[in-house]
Amino acid sequence: MIDRNNNKSIRAAYGNALVKVGKENENVVVLDADVAKSTMSITFQKEYPERFFDMGIAEQDMIATAAGLASQGKIPFASTFAVFATGRTYDQIRNGVCYGNLNVKVVGTHGGITVGEDGASHHALEDVSLMRGLPNMTVIVPADCKECEEAVKYAAQIDGPVYIRVARSNVPDVFGEDYKLAVNGQVMREGKDVTIITNGETLVEVLDAAEILANKGIDAKVINMPVVKPLNNDIILKDADSTKLYVTVENHSIIGGLGSAVCEVLSENSPTKVLRIGTNDVFGQSGTAKSLLEFYGLTAEKIAERIAEKMENL
Amino acid sequence: MEKQELETLKEICRYNRCNVVKTIHNAKSGHPGGSLSGLDIMTVLYEKVMVNDPKWDKSENFKNRDRFVLSKGHASPGYYSVLAKRGYFPEEELQGFRQINRLLQGHPNNHIPGVEVPTGSLGQGVSMACGIAMALKLDKNPAHVFVLTGDGELQEGSCWEAFMHAPHRKLNNLTVIIDRNNLQIDGSVDTIKDLEPLDKKLEAFNWNVVKIDGHNVEEIYNALTESKKSDKPTAIIAKTVKGKGVSFMENQCGWHGKSPNDDECKKALEELQ
Repeated sequence: MIDRNNNKSIRAAYGNALVKVGKENENVVVLDADVAKSTMSITFQKEYPERFFDMGIAEQDMIATAAGLASQGKIPFASTFAVFATGRTYDQIRNGVCYGNLNVKVVGTHGGITVGEDGASHHALEDVSLMRGLPNMTVIVPADCKECEEAVKYAAQIDGPVYIRVARSNVPDVFGEDYKLAVNGQVMREGKDVTIITNGETLVEVLDAAEILANKGIDAKVINMPVVKPLNNDIILKDADSTKLYVTVENHSIIGGLGSAVCEVLSENSPTKVLRIGTNDVFGQSGTAKSLLEFYGLTAEKIAERIAEKMENL
Repeated sequence: MEKQELETLKEICRYNRCNVVKTIHNAKSGHPGGSLSGLDIMTVLYEKVMVNDPKWDKSENFKNRDRFVLSKGHASPGYYSVLAKRGYFPEEELQGFRQINRLLQGHPNNHIPGVEVPTGSLGQGVSMACGIAMALKLDKNPAHVFVLTGDGELQEGSCWEAFMHAPHRKLNNLTVIIDRNNLQIDGSVDTIKDLEPLDKKLEAFNWNVVKIDGHNVEEIYNALTESKKSDKPTAIIAKTVKGKGVSFMENQCGWHGKSPNDDECKKALEELQ
């Protein structure tokens, strides 16, 4: 089981990572929309105030300004809450950033239902879906602090639009100090009965769910897939012929996100049954992050339960 | 400006107007009204005001070029005609406007030589121009940024986010020109959603506001040149006529996004000769 008693702020990791890439490359600039203390881009502001721009409560202006900066060789990271970073600004991201293939990195913190008490207006449950549909866009959903740092470094290195989705909650460590972003996905655990594909905050839940399933005699393979787009088909399709069931788990709607992406790959190449676990075409509600994970079936116990039930009825 | 220089400039405006009509006629689609209303402004910018040269592409001078953003991206036939005349791409490319597998897209994209950012979705150009101006300031680059917006376009709220932003950052290397033809697709701007008093609104937002006749090349030249010296960002409200230069297109919102047929094209070109 993962050590849940030593959770760390993935947003703090984002702020620290910005400072690191900003130190290496003076073209890195950071924009925020009045939530720098929450996204933690404030860490960059403290270190490089002349390269930090608080755009105020004006997300559309922030993204189009970032597009202008990128057109002149800057590498802007523009962050705010995921629901506004992708929803309020969709047109600016589509027609400004992606159509021009401009080097803008959009970072949405507070992704998913674990935003908690703020409720449905602040739960981004379709941001990955929105970003995944855009040509030229790379979509990354890191699971822990180290993976977040690696995602930021990776984003700074590639020339083109990137969306990074970060959680609000503190998260346990999964990866060691030598971890490099698993751009092609990564098998976290081998297993022959069922393959579970996940990313972001739900990775730890899935790893624990696999332990619970093992105790029930179900041997689960777990794949971490931080890069949802471009999606590496090979790691998904390996052993597809002998796999009876795939399961996708995400802190996101089951429509349009990782679950949909995996279904697309499987149905085109090796049709297999898929159980998608996430929010099912509903808005969230207020509550603690923990109570919401339980309510929407995203805790290790609930995930293991759903999978075991599905395995019985295959 | 010398008299001879002025006459040459007017002749280039006339020439570019003809290319707008021919380009849209050939494509059987496009936006003549707004292309013709903004044409004198774009021509004066590229021919006389902007420090820019298509031949600079790979040279050290390139980074010091003045930048232009066409926020009202649908005026692309005007923009492309001006770019072609300046030599950013061969004039024959105008014949491929809006055709499959050709360079010139319906709305500008930054893969087209001379184009900085993609536009076409209204309300983004001023923010983009602010981003460019900020990048130049960071690099201590003395170049200037010009952006041409529509007037109906200013109904997009995101324009006002940018109008609030530019003076806040003291982006005096930015000039916005508003193509004030008072027409949008569904009718006149003042009846659909009035902008007035536009000058007072922009002044209240802390802009250096200048009003000109957007078809008087001398006034355009003076206002644009002066704007480079301002200690605030400048907004030039240019009173224009939609469809300017072609009698039957002038002040007709029906000519916003319609191509002239063969007869209309002939008639238009005769008027422009």
